[in-house]
Amino acid sequence: MLELALHILDIVENSVRAGATLVRILIRENRAKDLFLMRITDNGSGMTPEERQRALDPFYTTKKVRRVGLGLPMLSEATERTGGRMTLRSKPGMGTVVTAEFGLSHIDRQPMGDIASSLIATIVGNPGSDFIYRHEVDGRTYLLDTRELKKALEDVPLNHPEVTGFLREHITEGLSDIGAAA
Amino acid sequence: MAKLKIEDLKKIKEKVHSQTALREGGQRAKVTVHMGTCGIASGAREVLNALMRVIEETGVSDVNVTTSGCMGLCSREPLVTVEMLGKEPIKYEKMDEMKMRQVFKRHVLEGEIQTPFVLAKGAEIVR
Repeated sequence: MLELALHILDIVENSVRAGATLVRILIRENRAKDLFLMRITDNGSGMTPEERQRALDPFYTTKKVRRVGLGLPMLSEATERTGGRMTLRSKPGMGTVVTAEFGLSHIDRQPMGDIASSLIATIVGNPGSDFIYRHEVDGRTYLLDTRELKKALEDVPLNHPEVTGFLREHITEGLSDIGAAA
Repeated sequence: MAKLKIEDLKKIKEKVHSQTALREGGQRAKVTVHMGTCGIASGAREVLNALMRVIEETGVSDVNVTTSGCMGLCSREPLVTVEMLGKEPIKYEKMDEMKMRQVFKRHVLEGEIQTPFVLAKGAEIVR
């Protein structure tokens, strides 16, 4: 994966496939601690302790169409390259929390990339789930909640071109206002 | 503070309502961009972006855009499935932004299958 935004798109897909109706995406940049934290919390089906351990094995997958599952192993590898780590917390019936910590200024940290496109792809592709995106930079916060969007839009779907155009601008502007890292 | 507010969505809602009141009807096609880890790593997000942009440009409102997971042919990603109403689905392989625009304009809008990019006809069977 060339961008952290692509990892997010990928990991959130796991949540949706686990039946999550609400997925929280948190990005926290802390310059003082030189920390870039990415946390994805879902209310999906969760994993047993055994499944959770095997999730980091590239040759473990719950899918039947292929024999590899690279999403989480690649994210884990990406964190370790920057002196960080990835942790998984999960409970059957409760959901899963994926936390990835990166060295913010580490030369091997992938760029954030096009987060607006990743979020729009997630929202358009999964109309049955809600997403909360929260991005904090040294205490300043940008927040996007699809439940609020749906309330304001009533019967207009979130994947309408007018709406996705608005979202793209809203996200780009919001992130530049809080001074989010590239 | 963002200059764009969630309240602005109300204006969008009113605009969309005034437009859709004029034309009602079913969907002419469903376009699925496969978004597994393999698809994402090989550019599926950019393909989806290109698709949404060309829909916006052409002002088409009866095409359903969706995403799905990996179907086991990771080496042929990015994959896109075009399903015209009442026809068999067509799977396109190794897509990029330009191919996506071409498939949308020629296949979805004009019904002409773009054979050079076709992987297969029909739906996948997941065992």
